[in-house]
Amino acid sequence: MRPTNERGVLVIGASQAGVQLASSLREQGLDDPITVVGAEAHPPYQRPPLSKALLQGDLPTGSLVFRSPQFYAEQRIDLVLDQRITSVERRPDGSGVAVSSSGRRFPFTRLALTVGARPRRLDVPGADLAGVRYLRDTDDALALREDLTRADRVVIVGGGFIGLEVAASVRRLGKDVTVVLADDRLMGRAVGEPISEFFRRAHERRGCTLHFSVGVAAVTDDGNGRATGLDLTDGTHVPADLVVVGIGAVPRTELAEHLGLRVDNGIVVDEHGLTSDGTTVAAGDCVNCPTPVAGASPRMRFESVNTAVEQAKVAAATLAGKRLPYRTPPWFWSDQFDLKLQVAGLSQGCDQQVVRGDPGTERFSVLYYRGDTLAAAECVNSPLDFMAVRAALAAGSTVPAALAADPGTPLRTSTRPSSTGAPAPRTHGQDVLA
Amino acid sequence: MPTIRYTSADGDVREISATTGDSVMQTAVRNGVAGIVGECGGVLSCATCHVFVDAGDADRLPPVGELEDEMLDGTADDRRPTSRLSCQLVVSDELGDLHVTLPEAQE
Repeated sequence: MRPTNERGVLVIGASQAGVQLASSLREQGLDDPITVVGAEAHPPYQRPPLSKALLQGDLPTGSLVFRSPQFYAEQRIDLVLDQRITSVERRPDGSGVAVSSSGRRFPFTRLALTVGARPRRLDVPGADLAGVRYLRDTDDALALREDLTRADRVVIVGGGFIGLEVAASVRRLGKDVTVVLADDRLMGRAVGEPISEFFRRAHERRGCTLHFSVGVAAVTDDGNGRATGLDLTDGTHVPADLVVVGIGAVPRTELAEHLGLRVDNGIVVDEHGLTSDGTTVAAGDCVNCPTPVAGASPRMRFESVNTAVEQAKVAAATLAGKRLPYRTPPWFWSDQFDLKLQVAGLSQGCDQQVVRGDPGTERFSVLYYRGDTLAAAECVNSPLDFMAVRAALAAGSTVPAALAADPGTPLRTSTRPSSTGAPAPRTHGQDVLA
Repeated sequence: MPTIRYTSADGDVREISATTGDSVMQTAVRNGVAGIVGECGGVLSCATCHVFVDAGDADRLPPVGELEDEMLDGTADDRRPTSRLSCQLVVSDELGDLHVTLPEAQE
């Protein structure tokens, strides 16, 4: 039976990708009703500061909101909060009704999934004890900040971005910090060895204790249901008042599976953000998409603000009846202590790396090449290098490795047309190199 | 409340009553001012909130920080003497009204 109030685009998920998708739909000229429904009670907000400024206490949560209430009203975007969609009824033409856990019904003609990811849970005895925290949303961050007022010793499980950003924030608050990780280097999935090694030394210099290549056997208990530390798989016990787990995120694919969409480490989409049903789009941390640059593995699930934003623009274009392939070289950043890491491009599959500058100065970059073509840069406290490489990658340009190795030569003036890579069409904006 | 006037590269003007404590970037993004992106949220990581401030306002503003200075050298539209990253300009009653002009490109 068709609902009588069938209407417009329904965006499920009110975070970076969802809000961008809705905003971009209006920019693309779509006049249909747009509803964005979010599971959290907070108006859509930025997540990156949760592990940094918010945890360190110098940021009111209200300052993180993306858009004012007036913006949503002016753009005729109906923002519905505190409603988690748990099922979707669909007709063959792609339209249907989504239903929330409280029974509220959201009819749609087209559906967009921007449902994000949830923290991967630590699966060991004691993992449910009080004093074991995860960090994904505002409520997590506020709870962790509150716990920190009573904790002196904090142990962090995981040496990726969340783990290290939390480690830096907590250390800055003057606490004892220990990080334990299964990998033999920091941020191993995201950056190359020189950056991992640099951050190892940098965290140790600033007083963090790091345990590599070790698992967690159990969270230990004070007898009253509260965590007292970790037993590690090598037999070490790390005492702590607070345990923070940052061991990655798992895409939220339940709705996609419920809809019969193809799922493989995320909701599988094409370069236009279309899922396997040919009508639903998806964007952000929840999707597995064709990698937007050549030379890396063919598909990826990438968790970053930039990826969420660019994928959302592409998905919005698709819903607006346009074709805009996702081809933007990804970039992301991480702030730890006074160290700004900025990464542009993907270093996967590279066969040459150039260290530019001296890691000892805490200001240097590593550039990655596939053949003689620039593919990525990882920059520490070197924003000018980062921006030059981001712009070069977007324009399909390269920087000769010999020039890049000399930190006295500005990268921006050293770019050349790439001999192998065709210029990547951008999803928006214009080329920035003269 | 201080008013921030945003003039686009095409000459379109938007005036917004800003909340003190918000940055000029946040004020723009929250209200949908086209031409200011602010993808990193204001932590000096993206340089997509570049503006040209009015010459008359320039000397009232806080000085350009070290990191901001370096980021400004890499903006999509070339830096000018009045260039700032609008995430670093915090709206306050003391600072009062501001007028900024947007570059043609941010990224």
